[in-house]
Amino acid sequence: MNRKFDIVQSCCVPLPMENIDTDQIIPARFLKATSRDGFGENLFRDWRYDADGAPVADFPLNNPAYSGCILVAGKNFGCGSSREHAAWAIADYGFRVVISSFFADIHKNNELNNFVLPVVVSPGFLAELFASIEANPATEVKVDLPAQTVTNLATGRSESFEINPYKKQCLTEGLDDIGYLLAHKSDIEAWESNKSTL
Amino acid sequence: MAKTLFDKIWDAHTVSDIPGGPTQLYIDRHYCHEVTSPQAFAGLKSRGLKVFRPERTICSPDHNIPTLNQEAPIADPVSRNQVETLASNAAEFGLTIFGIGHEKNGIIHVMGPENGLTLPGATIVCGDSHTSTHGAVGAIAFGIGTSEVEMVLATQCILQPRPKTMRITVDGTLAPGVTAKDIALYLIAKMTTGGATGYFVEYAGEAIRALNMEQRMTLCNLSIEMGARGGLIAPDDTTFAYLKGREYAPEGEEWDKAVSYWRTLPSDDDAVFDREVTFNAADIEPRLTFGTNPGMGIGISETVPAAPADPAARASFEKALDYMGFKSGQSLVGTPVDYVFLGSCTNGRIEDFRAFADYVKGKKKAPGVTAWLVPGSWAVVRQIKAEGIDRILEKAGFELRQPGCSACLAMNDDKVPPGKLAVSTSNRNFEGRQGPGARTVLAGPLVAAAAAVTGVITDPRK
Repeated sequence: MNRKFDIVQSCCVPLPMENIDTDQIIPARFLKATSRDGFGENLFRDWRYDADGAPVADFPLNNPAYSGCILVAGKNFGCGSSREHAAWAIADYGFRVVISSFFADIHKNNELNNFVLPVVVSPGFLAELFASIEANPATEVKVDLPAQTVTNLATGRSESFEINPYKKQCLTEGLDDIGYLLAHKSDIEAWESNKSTL
Repeated sequence: MAKTLFDKIWDAHTVSDIPGGPTQLYIDRHYCHEVTSPQAFAGLKSRGLKVFRPERTICSPDHNIPTLNQEAPIADPVSRNQVETLASNAAEFGLTIFGIGHEKNGIIHVMGPENGLTLPGATIVCGDSHTSTHGAVGAIAFGIGTSEVEMVLATQCILQPRPKTMRITVDGTLAPGVTAKDIALYLIAKMTTGGATGYFVEYAGEAIRALNMEQRMTLCNLSIEMGARGGLIAPDDTTFAYLKGREYAPEGEEWDKAVSYWRTLPSDDDAVFDREVTFNAADIEPRLTFGTNPGMGIGISETVPAAPADPAARASFEKALDYMGFKSGQSLVGTPVDYVFLGSCTNGRIEDFRAFADYVKGKKKAPGVTAWLVPGSWAVVRQIKAEGIDRILEKAGFELRQPGCSACLAMNDDKVPPGKLAVSTSNRNFEGRQGPGARTVLAGPLVAAAAAVTGVITDPRK
């Protein structure tokens, strides 16, 4: 896993559907593993392959016209189950950025905890980006985390996106939450001794 | 300053606020099942860590376990390995586990409240989005990912952005034959499947106050299906009567102290929510879903709506109708039903079995319907037997299975075959959720009962 994140410039794989749930990203029957590895091969399994296991030709992941490490999806991406396996599958497949007009909360956290950057853009930016990719599948997008900007290089349209300073630092420096929490364990013990809970 | 119920609990559990970042939130209760925990335990081992507060984590396998012959080893070796991995991790790290066949085993979100492990004012997490269920007692309860499971095991804290608050008020009284599931499916359709994203929802109003605890759990359970981080209901006398005497609930003086604290938790009269929405219970009838997310729902007397105008929305809508085999303008009443599933963390409690049994009493299961009746826990099984509900069901041609998540997500053998239509009391009608190619119509226990005895989608009030 590439943990440090600064600027990513790449072609995109478009999924112009709304409410893509984590059961589609990785179906439940593939959640039986006890490690984090290898989920990419079953990413979007039931949209990507038919019942006999043959690739569905017009599904964007199977279409050789589309490539790159940026996934572009309709609004409410990652709704449903909290399964982090969905973020593992996205990262394992090779995506580093997912662009949508909004993300489900749990999945958004799961992406960030796996060094995949969820970029929230306006509905207008998203619609224009889908149109650019449809017109030219080689359309590139530049995501600049330090500057917090996303640019459609086909049209030049650029937007700033939000990320809290703490998470931004985690991504740029390759740090994770558990490291932060472990470094603050004495604060947790002090807090516990001052509180009576449950 | 006036505070909401959510604010009071969140603030009481804030260890620190990272400037410009998330809150470091202390977690009182952590539930753990076999599917989303193995990688978290592996992470602890690779970092050489122990579980920081082992008494605060309770494990119960539920997702993978069979609902027949639980006495025998699990046939699927991969499922068996995952269930055994939870048992060995619990043993290694000194955690309480209610394993397969244990008298307390059950779906986490059924087992927790019925043992008094879920209490008002607490912060509760689990690697499962339906953790929102526990908000029914007046707790902050929400689903987390596996990295966060590892954080809780290692430090009893997680880092979370503070959600916004929303109050959904349902005024008035429910009509007969309308259940808590129907309220939830109505609210999700009105709010849409992503409409509460970023919010924690408090349910309030006369219709909510009138619900018993099992019904409140059904409602809070489905909060995630409108995108909410969680849902909760202010604790009241109904809550306290439910919890009193449960095994892990406080006793004696501790109980009295707890109740006095819990009575301070309801939102202050002048508390301000980021968003307020109000509905009327009289507008709610038995509900059905017609599409492939829980927001695609209609009242049973309504017809499937027309496709939306927006291109991305339209593409998703048409894909859903194509998958389900339904058309705009069509009524679902009279649609043949192949499978009926009563169970899950949404509708696998004693109330649901009472409602189902009450409807099918003196009737017979339709011959073409396969019915899976799966209690949410062994405690629910014992209650079903104590009340004689098992005999009513048997006489009507139904069998009870053993507890587990079962056909809700079909990780075990309880899979609806491709193309078959299931009326399901569970929580998700996503493509393939109940098995590859399975078509799911979500409904409450009464609609499920009516489908099971008539073999077609039927209004239970008729």
